[in-house]
Amino acid sequence: MKAKFLIPLMLFVVLVGFLAVGLNRDPHEVPSPLINKQAPAFELPQLAEANKSFSPASMKGQVWIMNVWASWCVACREEHPVLVELAKSQIAPVIGLDYKDNREDALVMLAKQGNPYLLSAFDANGRVGIDYGVYGVPETYVIDKAGIIRFKHIGPLTMELLNQKIFPLVSELKKS
Amino acid sequence: MRQLLLIALCIFSLGSSYAKDAAPLADDPLTEQRLISISEEMRCLVCQNESLAGSRSDLANDLRREIRILIKEGKSDDQIRTFMVERYGDFVLYRPPVKPITWLLWIGPFVILLIGISGLLTYLRRRDRNVPSLNLTDEDNRRIDALLNDGGKDNKGVQ
Repeated sequence: MKAKFLIPLMLFVVLVGFLAVGLNRDPHEVPSPLINKQAPAFELPQLAEANKSFSPASMKGQVWIMNVWASWCVACREEHPVLVELAKSQIAPVIGLDYKDNREDALVMLAKQGNPYLLSAFDANGRVGIDYGVYGVPETYVIDKAGIIRFKHIGPLTMELLNQKIFPLVSELKKS
Repeated sequence: MRQLLLIALCIFSLGSSYAKDAAPLADDPLTEQRLISISEEMRCLVCQNESLAGSRSDLANDLRREIRILIKEGKSDDQIRTFMVERYGDFVLYRPPVKPITWLLWIGPFVILLIGISGLLTYLRRRDRNVPSLNLTDEDNRRIDALLNDGGKDNKGVQ
């Protein structure tokens, strides 16, 4: 008989549990439907050398990392030192996708803060960004030898994330 | 002097409100209508509580431009929806499709409603059973009538 009075309390605990989980999740981290799908093809001019172009097809056969960035994006500046570390580790080539940016501003930023990118593709109107489901710069993709997206991170990279997620993943992908 | 100032103020504020007339969105109102009907059902990913139709974020602008192009290419509403879902996931749709992972979302409220109704019914039935049924005698009925008729006048005495 007494247990009956505990039912509302139990329901309340369950509700609090749901809310606690919900509150601690970042609503901006939307699962990408592109994981385990072929990275969308594109061909864009390069940032530094506008007469040369870049296409993901040229990266076939190696594991690589694509980082979407822009000089107007504050969080990109924040993550930049981490990208420089990532490039230093030489674990995989890092390709930049300069998203809706101004060429001069982007080049100035790279000159000031160091250039972690093997090269950057210049996505002036953001059309390629749409194909990759970009909605908040910076975003980072790990793409395997077959050109399949294996991992996506939205928001600035951190050293923790590199050590815990990206380094192990890349070395595993390299083996296969 | 004051009145003059007020009038001038009125005229100036009128002028500015006229100056900011909404810019025409596209040369083709039909395209624009379809764009609105499609994008009202979609979430803007940057400002997640706004629809794609209502958001003023850069990305929403780009996506509306993209949808306009798709409409002009003669794509159907479903094809446009698929285009968006392929890139941003079911999350862009305000009405997510019914599939195993969204069953709880669609059916959950009704399950909770059913639990509530059945709980209420069992409670009411049990309460019904607990009320002792009385056989009233003529004397009882007379007293009840007296009390009811007397009601307004002498409440305190009855209690």
